[in-house]
Amino acid sequence: MPVVMDADRIGRTLTRIAHEIVERNRGLEDLALIGVRTRGVPLARRIATSLREITGQEVPTGALDITLYRDDLMRQSVGPQPLVRRTEIPFSIDDKTILLVDDVLYTGRTTRAALDALIDFGRPRGIQLVVLVDRGHRELPIKADYVGKNLPTSLEESVQVYLQESDGRDEVVLQQAPGGAV
Amino acid sequence: MSAPAGTQDEPRTDRIQAATALRRKDLLGIAELTTEEIALVLDTAEAMKEVGERPIKKVPALRGKTVVNLFFEPSTRTRTSFEIAEKRLSADTLNIAVGTSSVVKGETLADTALNLEAMRPDMIVLRHSSSGACHLLSRICRSAIINAGDGMHEHPTQALLDAFTIREHKKRLAGLKVAIVGDLQHSRVLRSNIHLLTKMGSDVWVCGPPTLIPADIGRFGVRATSAVDDAVTGADVIMLLRIQLERMEGAYFPSLREYFNVFGMTEARLRRAKPDVIIMHPGPMNRGVEIASEVADGPYSVILEQVANGVAVRMAVLYLLAGGTEHEAAA
Repeated sequence: MPVVMDADRIGRTLTRIAHEIVERNRGLEDLALIGVRTRGVPLARRIATSLREITGQEVPTGALDITLYRDDLMRQSVGPQPLVRRTEIPFSIDDKTILLVDDVLYTGRTTRAALDALIDFGRPRGIQLVVLVDRGHRELPIKADYVGKNLPTSLEESVQVYLQESDGRDEVVLQQAPGGAV
Repeated sequence: MSAPAGTQDEPRTDRIQAATALRRKDLLGIAELTTEEIALVLDTAEAMKEVGERPIKKVPALRGKTVVNLFFEPSTRTRTSFEIAEKRLSADTLNIAVGTSSVVKGETLADTALNLEAMRPDMIVLRHSSSGACHLLSRICRSAIINAGDGMHEHPTQALLDAFTIREHKKRLAGLKVAIVGDLQHSRVLRSNIHLLTKMGSDVWVCGPPTLIPADIGRFGVRATSAVDDAVTGADVIMLLRIQLERMEGAYFPSLREYFNVFGMTEARLRRAKPDVIIMHPGPMNRGVEIASEVADGPYSVILEQVANGVAVRMAVLYLLAGGTEHEAAA
């Protein structure tokens, strides 16, 4: 199980992304971070912390659960369904630039669901996509604006992101197991 | 307030780990549910409640699913609640009430169901005055059957929304003293609540006139009494059951006025309960019979919260039952 990113690398990558966000948006007015559950949420919080350290400004942060917007819900036979969790966006997204944060970009279907879900909350001025790992194999025309690491993978591999907040350690691992990360 | 391992963000205060799926075609009653399945429904309902607080109260989860609400008994609250839940999940819904159906022309329940079934709905929500009507449909239909109240048997979504409401206030179900007062003989709400609350570890007291206490109620793991003060003393939750005026031909007690004097929930009686007691009623209420108006409208009452939570809980049940696809249809 090769470790493709360790804790140090993940930390530096998120700091770099925060700098890119500042550069590209020329300031943080009207920006908001929204993490896709589950691991996009702690990533969004860490980026918010970096942005505060860089600029001294607070960026509002929310959490989005996309389970009810998935396109594969009815396709699986009786089996474990993802647990639906609360979406928590304690601010209006109208006319804001939303930074949508997820851990792994793969087929693009999660991002599609997240875009649909977000648009039910209002009309943002724009949405930019932030991912820690882009592993390729897109099935939809979706592209990330900020990528922590481009990681070429085969379909037989899975990319697993572990974060301190949920897993007790920071690590990105490439595994030889089909159907792991989604 | 410690969250179990594996969860994050919001504290999960119930100690029972939720199941990952409802591995069943139908929701016929609470009796057959495991504690893990109950926890799953309640946890899912928390997320569904948030959907109801959004500006756009609709998600696409059940898009393309057809749900038939088949109601053989009058019901405003339950039917409306199911219908709103279905619409918030983007299901296509249709309502069939007994007054407008072929039942008035003499069609049997089974024939009505098979005819509906021929049009391939995905789910049927059934309310019927006969106990076991849902079990009959479950055997002959491929559609998922949700029991919205069958005779004197069960009303599972009511018990789930009651539990959800209790959990919101008390953060747990285990160890709570729950006093249920009213018509114990005819109440499906009582039966579902007893199953649910005893499974989840609550201390359940049931109270009513001796003529309305089923002889074998003790085997359900509850304490039965006709002394309402004993039931109410130290209670965390008081749940009142409707005196079903339409079922009272049997002269179970001398008069409604006497019932109120002996069992009616008044502020004076309430003082024996815990200071943070909550008062619940599944509706429709008979003010001045099982509950005094000042209690129904008072600060301890969560009766309207129950109604609001009903939508979230029914969304959770619909969503979880729809998640699995091809079940083997029996016969």
